[in-house]
Amino acid sequence: MKILVCVSHVPDTTSKINFIDNNTLFDTNGIQFVINPNDEFGLTKAIWMKQKLGAEVTVVTVGENSCESTLRKCLAIGADKALRVDLKPIDGFQVAKQLVNICQKESYDVIITGRESIDYNGGMVPGMLSALMNYNFVTNCVYLEIEGDNAMASREIDGGIETVSCKLPIIIGAQKGLVEEKDLIIPNMRGIMQARQKPLEVIKPVDSEIKSSILKFEKPIPKGAVKLIPEDKIDELIDLLHNEANVI
Amino acid sequence: MSIIIYAESENGKIKKSAYELASYGRAIADKMNFELIAVTFNLEEEKTLGKYGVEKVIKFNGQSMSNFTAAQYADNISSVAKEYKAKILILSSSADAKYLAPKLSINMSAGYASNTLGLPESFQPLTVKRSCFTNKAFNISSLKSKVNIIGLSNNSYGVKENQKTTEIIEKDLISSESTLKVVKVEKAAGEVTIADADIVVSGGRGLKGPENWHLIEDLANTLGAATACSKPVSDMGWRPHSEHVGQTGKPVASNLYIAIGVSGAIQHLAGVNSSKVKVVINNDPDAPFFKAADYGVVGDAFEVVPELTKKLKEFKNK
Repeated sequence: MKILVCVSHVPDTTSKINFIDNNTLFDTNGIQFVINPNDEFGLTKAIWMKQKLGAEVTVVTVGENSCESTLRKCLAIGADKALRVDLKPIDGFQVAKQLVNICQKESYDVIITGRESIDYNGGMVPGMLSALMNYNFVTNCVYLEIEGDNAMASREIDGGIETVSCKLPIIIGAQKGLVEEKDLIIPNMRGIMQARQKPLEVIKPVDSEIKSSILKFEKPIPKGAVKLIPEDKIDELIDLLHNEANVI
Repeated sequence: MSIIIYAESENGKIKKSAYELASYGRAIADKMNFELIAVTFNLEEEKTLGKYGVEKVIKFNGQSMSNFTAAQYADNISSVAKEYKAKILILSSSADAKYLAPKLSINMSAGYASNTLGLPESFQPLTVKRSCFTNKAFNISSLKSKVNIIGLSNNSYGVKENQKTTEIIEKDLISSESTLKVVKVEKAAGEVTIADADIVVSGGRGLKGPENWHLIEDLANTLGAATACSKPVSDMGWRPHSEHVGQTGKPVASNLYIAIGVSGAIQHLAGVNSSKVKVVINNDPDAPFFKAADYGVVGDAFEVVPELTKKLKEFKNK
């Protein structure tokens, strides 16, 4: 079995977000980059599948040279090889097109992406890739079991869980729950050493239409000071929520 | 030319988000001088959409719907969009809508802006404000395609009445071949979901253990609210993952968010930022959440919360 895990290189969740160049560019100064958390759940799942079913795990990212640290980490976690499409992407469609190219070069049975990246939060790439490839797709995926050429997968829906069955190939949008946070594979020294020897191939980008672009960024307006209500005057809180905030 | 909304329903009943989409679609249709059309599946009360400005309701009915998959929804919606020459297709931010939208954008060769907040800033080209970095920032995006899809963030526009006469058009489903079958759907009946809730009551580690969650549930029941929790609470298994709100959990965009015993880590604050009014109850006056809240009570949750629930019951009975 061949598994492709698509990962993004994103700012750590604790990052303070700032912009430069007249608010047109994300300020990477002092930012620690990590594997997108949703992708990381997916990668651990892929490694488990490799251990259980025997599979070759390839990781791919679309990004500049600086993303290679994230790919090396994926290799240290247990992926067999890494691909980097050498492109600073402008929109999700362009990324999906690059991944289509990867999937056409070599056929994968299971393609794992994160449900969304925590930087641009578009949640576009997995669904676009599945539509372009005409592959089955399950996003917000919290359960995946492969048997032969069949997959059973569950996705979180609003207020519940939907379970589907389908034939491979399948594309999933991983999230927390597919793997528990405490079970995430942390690279050990041996893995880190091995990762240095594993192949990391740089792929030329393919031409693609651009469907959207970011003109500028804005930051939320700072909040006014909190109104503190003494704990023995809860009536006051109810009054404020009813008459001032109009929410109850 | 038209503006089309996908009006979601559940068990034949329309979802609240559909009225927001209708109100939002109406405002855009008026600006562009287009007709506003709603696409619905197995809906029994389509007339109510007229109250929010919908002029045509396309109604798909079919028994096969119970096992209908995302790809099939997308194929039917895009066929309507094509037939009625949609310029903009508007979807909500529900789990299902976010599942469908990327597929629709490929079907329709459309641009797609998810997490859009409020009305577009301009129409030529279509320029919208979107949340990014999990609500720590926004971006202004311009869409370049002839047809575009907007995924509207829940509760970012609101519901506005604007009565129109509504024509109902019934259509047969187009079914497409797929090996994907829905095996089962597990859903708690009658529970308010975080995605649809006006009010969310959330508990953190300050509640000391899962056995104390009745405090959160009682308050939520009194308010008709959904219950949620912080990341450590779900990681420790006190509450299911589906309740975890924050950067790696669910986003919250309710009118009122009440956080009890939640310190307010940056990841949690990011996830709940889009809520309109935030109340914090915490015994630590230095908890970071107080800086992000509108109202705060410094006090012991085990005393403040039952008191708040009791007083709210009295208030509701008035």
